Parts: sequence; C-alpha cells; structure tokens
Amino acid sequence: MTDTITYRDALHDAHREALEADDRVLVMGEDVADYGGTYAVTKGLHEEFGRARVRNTPLSESGFVGAGIGAALGGLRPIVEVMTVNFSLLALDQIVNTAATYLHMSGGQFNVPVVIRMATGAGRQLAAQHSHSLEAWYAHVPGLRVVAPATVTDARWMLASALDDPDPVIMFEHAALYASKGELSDGGGPVDLDRAAIRRPGSDITICAWGGTLSKALEAAEELGSDGIEAEVIDLRTLRPLDDATIVQSVMRTNRAVVVDEGWRSVGLSAEISARITEQCFYHLDAPVGRVCSAEVPIPYPSHLEQAALPQVPAVVAAAKAAMNR
Amino acid sequence: MSDPIEFVMPSLGADMDEGTITEWMVGPGDAVERGDIVAIVETDKADIDIEVWHSGRVAEILVPPGRLVPVGTPLAMLDVTDGEAIPPAPVAAAAPAEATAPATTSPPPAPPPPAPPPPAPPPSAPDMVAITSPPTRHGPTSYGAGDSPATGDDGAPASRIAASPLARRLAGERGIDLSTLSGSGPDGAITAQDLAAVSARPRPVQPEPDRPKRDPAERMRRAIADLMARSKREIPHYYLAADIDLEAASIWLEAANAERPVKDRILPAAVLLKAVALAAAEHPNFNGFWLDGRFQPGDGVHLGVAVSLRGGGLVAPALHDADQLSIPDLMVGLRDVVARARSGRLRGSEMSDPTLTVSNLGDRGVEVVNGVIYPPQVSLVGLGRISTRPAVVDGEIVARRLVTATLAADHRATDGQLGARFLNTIAKLVQEPEKL
Repeated sequence: MTDTITYRDALHDAHREALEADDRVLVMGEDVADYGGTYAVTKGLHEEFGRARVRNTPLSESGFVGAGIGAALGGLRPIVEVMTVNFSLLALDQIVNTAATYLHMSGGQFNVPVVIRMATGAGRQLAAQHSHSLEAWYAHVPGLRVVAPATVTDARWMLASALDDPDPVIMFEHAALYASKGELSDGGGPVDLDRAAIRRPGSDITICAWGGTLSKALEAAEELGSDGIEAEVIDLRTLRPLDDATIVQSVMRTNRAVVVDEGWRSVGLSAEISARITEQCFYHLDAPVGRVCSAEVPIPYPSHLEQAALPQVPAVVAAAKAAMNR
Repeated sequence: MSDPIEFVMPSLGADMDEGTITEWMVGPGDAVERGDIVAIVETDKADIDIEVWHSGRVAEILVPPGRLVPVGTPLAMLDVTDGEAIPPAPVAAAAPAEATAPATTSPPPAPPPPAPPPPAPPPSAPDMVAITSPPTRHGPTSYGAGDSPATGDDGAPASRIAASPLARRLAGERGIDLSTLSGSGPDGAITAQDLAAVSARPRPVQPEPDRPKRDPAERMRRAIADLMARSKREIPHYYLAADIDLEAASIWLEAANAERPVKDRILPAAVLLKAVALAAAEHPNFNGFWLDGRFQPGDGVHLGVAVSLRGGGLVAPALHDADQLSIPDLMVGLRDVVARARSGRLRGSEMSDPTLTVSNLGDRGVEVVNGVIYPPQVSLVGLGRISTRPAVVDGEIVARRLVTATLAADHRATDGQLGARFLNTIAKLVQEPEKL
C-alpha cells in the first residue's frame, strides 16, 4: 500500500514522531513555533509539545546553533533548523570548530548528538543569498555526517536515523522539494545512512544525483530511455561519508558516469565523486566522467537567468549522450 | 627530429622467446637517457629491469602492461635525440609509411640470438638503431615521417591513439592493436564497443590464454628444464678438472682484508672470478657463443655468475667486462648482482649477454662441479670448496689450500687441448694475486 504525501508533510510527521518518541528531542530555530518554520515543517508542533520543546530562537545562527550543540552535549537530542545553507555560514564556526571536533578533541569522551537541518538550492527566485548549494562545504569536514533526503520516503524516515546517530548530522533539504508530492512507501523505517540507493536501474551509464537534482536525473533517464540508452540513477542520500561501493559497482557495470550537482563545478562534490570514480574505476571507464553543475556565478534573481544557471534535464541528457557518443 | 625508432622486447637470454611488460617506468612524452631503466619485463625466470639504449623521448607506448609478446615485438616508439645526426628523408619516407603495417601485426620474428647491447658506447648513432631494431624493421613504421614532429599543446605526441581506459585494458587482454581500429567514442576515441567488432579477428600477437598460468616457481623450473635439456641435447660437453693452489692468493687476501671493514671483505671467489675473466680474455675460444653452426666470439668478457634464488631456481646475470675490473670492484659488482638477483631487480643487459658462466658451489661444500653449459655459451667454469689438503711442494708433503676448478666446454667450439690450457692459465694467474 502506498500513500501520496508532500515532502514537507513527510518531514512534519518525522518531527512529530521524534518529539513523541523521545523526551530529549527538541526543535529550535527561527520561527519554528508560531510561524511553523520558514517552510512550515514544524507547523502546529509547539501547540502539541509546548514551547520548551519547540523553541523560537533569536535571529542569530551562531548563537542558536551553538546553543543546540550545547544542549546535545548536555544530554538532549536537539533538532536545529537553519533557514538556508547560506545563513548557516554564520554558524560555520560552531559546526566546524565545535560540533565536528569535540569527539576527537576529548579523546572520545564527548559526542555531539545534534541534527542540524537546513534548506539548500535555488529555483524559486530568492536570489543569490538564499539560493546557493553549499553541501560540499560541510561534506568536506571530518566529524560531520551529511545527508540529503531526496524522496518523501527519505524525508519521512531519515530524521529518526539522524537522531540515532551519536554524532552531528547535517541534513540538507532542497527548498524546491518541500511542496513536491510522492508516494510514501508503506512499512518504512530506519534508513541506513551509509548507503546510497539506486533509484532506477540501467546498464548503459550511471547518473549520480542527490537532493534537488535527483528528480532531474530521473527525468533525464526517462528521456534517454526513449532513445534506447538505459541510465542507472543513483541517489547518493549521504554526502559524507560517500557510499563509494554503490557508485563503483554501478560504474563497473555501465563503464560511464555523469554527476549532476547543483553546486558549482569547481572544487565541489561533483569533482570529488568524479575523482573517486576515476581512482577506483579507471580501467573500467569507456568515456570521461561527465559533470552537469551550476554555472559559476552567484545564482541570479531573474527567473530565466536562474533557470539557465542551474543543471537542467536537457543538459543531463546531453552529457549522457556525449559519454555514449550519441 | 629523425623518425621515431622502435624499442623492442629484448631477448634476455637464450631461453627467452617471449615476455610480459609488468610495468612501464615511463610514459609518452617522457625524456629518457641511454641506460635508463624504462620497464620491468617478466620472463619465465625473473622480473628484469629493461634499459633503453638511446637518449630521447618516448613517443608512444605500444604494448600495455600485462600482455605477453614475442621477443622483437616493438614495445614503444622513441624519438631519439642521439640519432639526430642522421637527417630523415622526409619525401622518400612518406610513401612506405603507409605500406609498413603497424609493427605488431606483422609476424613476429624468430627469437633473435642474444644480441647484446654493447656495454661500451657504440661508435655511431646508426649502429645504435640497429641494435634494438630487428633487421626486418628498419625504416618508417606506422608512425610515419610525415607526422613525427607533431605534438599536442600539452607537449604529448599528437599521434597518441585516443582510446578509453576500458578499451586499452581490453585491447591489452585480447591482444588487439589499437592502431588498427578507428574510434566511435567521444572525440573519436576508441571505446569498448569498437573492440567488440574486432574481437573475432585473428590476433596479431598470440596472447596468453594458450598457456596455462603457472606459478612463478614452476615457470622458473620449467625454463631451467627447457634450457638445460637443450644444452645436454645439443652441446657435446667435455670436462676437465685441475686443482689450483690457493695458498698465495689466500695469504694475499688475508693481508688485503685486514685493512677492510667486515662488510667490504673480499671473498676468494672474487679472485677466482678475476682469474677466470683474464683467462677468458687470453683464450677467446671459450668466451662467446655457438650460433648458426659456428663459434662467435663475445664482445668483451661478461662473466655470468650463477646465483641460486631463495625461492628455488637460479639465474646467471653478467658481470660486464669482468676482466677490466679490479678485484675490489669485482667484489662490489658481485655483491650487487647477487643482491639484485635475489630481490628480482636485475637489468636486461645483465640477463642477455654473459659470454661464459662461472658456477661456484664451494660454499655448499662440494669438491667438484661438473657444470651444464648455458646455451649458446660454450663454456662453464665450476669452482668447488677451498680446503686444506696434502700437496707435494718441492718434494715435501705439505698442507696447502686448494680448490678444484673444472671446465665444462663445448666440443664443437674447442678441444680438450685448448681447454687444458685455459684451466692452466687460471691456475697460473691465481699464483700472483697482486697482479690480478
């Protein structure tokens, strides 16, 4: 049995379940209570669980992310919502220098079981300061786990697994996904945060995507299918640590790969994934690894320019065909 | 720049007719100096470091690691700088360039006799080209005169074949020459699909699958078996033995070693090797090869020293120009070559060109070594244990340090009379060790 639900509601249900299941769980962030959160993920939860567990915070990312980290050290299981990854840069010091380091600097004595959620990505004309995809900044840092639910099922179940992780987890939610609908697989449960998922099997080329680019990759795969090219689409799900095994096994079967990354091409996740494929599959590659990324500009405000700057389905199709020389 | 020349799979001994590159130390565009080790070749007997005999630049690697190819197969193309004195003939060369099929598709030549690269610098550039190129392969190849100087923006030769890593690997495994294919991949690159079309074609080079993979020890045993059986089948051995008085040499050595740290001590074997080398220079009939029904003298005295390997089996790498080396230098060379033989780091030139072999089993306690000649060499000197024995000197029975030296020689090349003189010369030279 399946049920259709929005990504937003799936996240809402996940929060509700988490608050119900464990007294130590609390949600904190800008406007998460009365307003229900910028993306309405926590709507109504403060009425049910009270303002102590669903807390509005001042407009100070460094302050409230730091407070969340402190609460985690004090024994709670905070979920900290940051409006966008762009704003999270104000809390980068807390996340990179504190959350990511305590376990190691304390010789394993103090772990930081915090979940920090943030929206990422462009496409809704919110301009450069709200639209960047900076997942790679966090995926660079040892001590953090970085996840990116791309489906409603992962939105529904990943949060519980993230809370179970004894160490800090950064969860990226592509802003364009909140209103998307999908079928929620029945009988869902804990998600293995170490594994990528093959969302569409194929034999000719491997397309790696995650978060906001997964739907584009799947759409491109359908279009390629009508041209007789069977693309395998991998949803990375976890950006740190990367599930090399799933990627490598796929590329060894298909001998070709394209990475679709809404981040910039330079020094980003697409570069990392491409390098790993080249390192581990070199003698299986029949074409250079293709990359479809955002244009190297601050994401523009005008819709036509914004859309032009982002990875789009035709570009993914073209990259796959180039690798196939078709 | 002159035409690129071929760097071919060398013969690393009479028993070698094919080999596998296990590793390239250089890639296209790399500069090489004459004598540089450019690749490791796995033969039945050992992994051998292969030197290049020209200075220049690697234009193209033709044979990827892992592919078994016959001796004489071009492995790489070199743009030689030490051959520049010979101007290319651009117009004349252009026409045959097409006709000369890619080298690997032509039938491989019969394994050439061990054509040792001369240890001394060869007199002129053309000779050097002749050394590594089999006679049938002079002149332009598929890498024609017209495009020889072309290089890409990155300095790599523009004529490098564009092929995907997968295609290169598969071509290597299947023995397909990529230069015979045209690519249908991105930028015209050869892809796995392009190979699928030719997989059914007869292979230009007989690949490995014909031969069951054997473990290295078994392969070495087999190689020794083939060679020794050939020796005993073809070579009419005769054997001579003589006791050599080592009293003078021993006393001289004790004095010489007294001033040396333990690790630099000279072993009696070095004195004997030097004497054998000098005797071989004096009796050239024992220093060379029996090839094509006649004796062909060696170019210099390159003493093959039989080295037993820890994993079983043996190799006999050469100490080059042993007759020219001082005893301390010869000792250094001996230690070096034994160490490298046992760690599998011998060089191609050492494997290919010993002109006679010495087998010393003295440290194993035997008195007499009646050796089996290493074809196509014509003699082998065996050395037994140095021991104190009763000897008659000036009518008195006295205790002397003696060694029994033997000569196993090819009766086609020499007779016993000459052999006796050769052994006597060794015995005589050892009496004046300070002159060695």
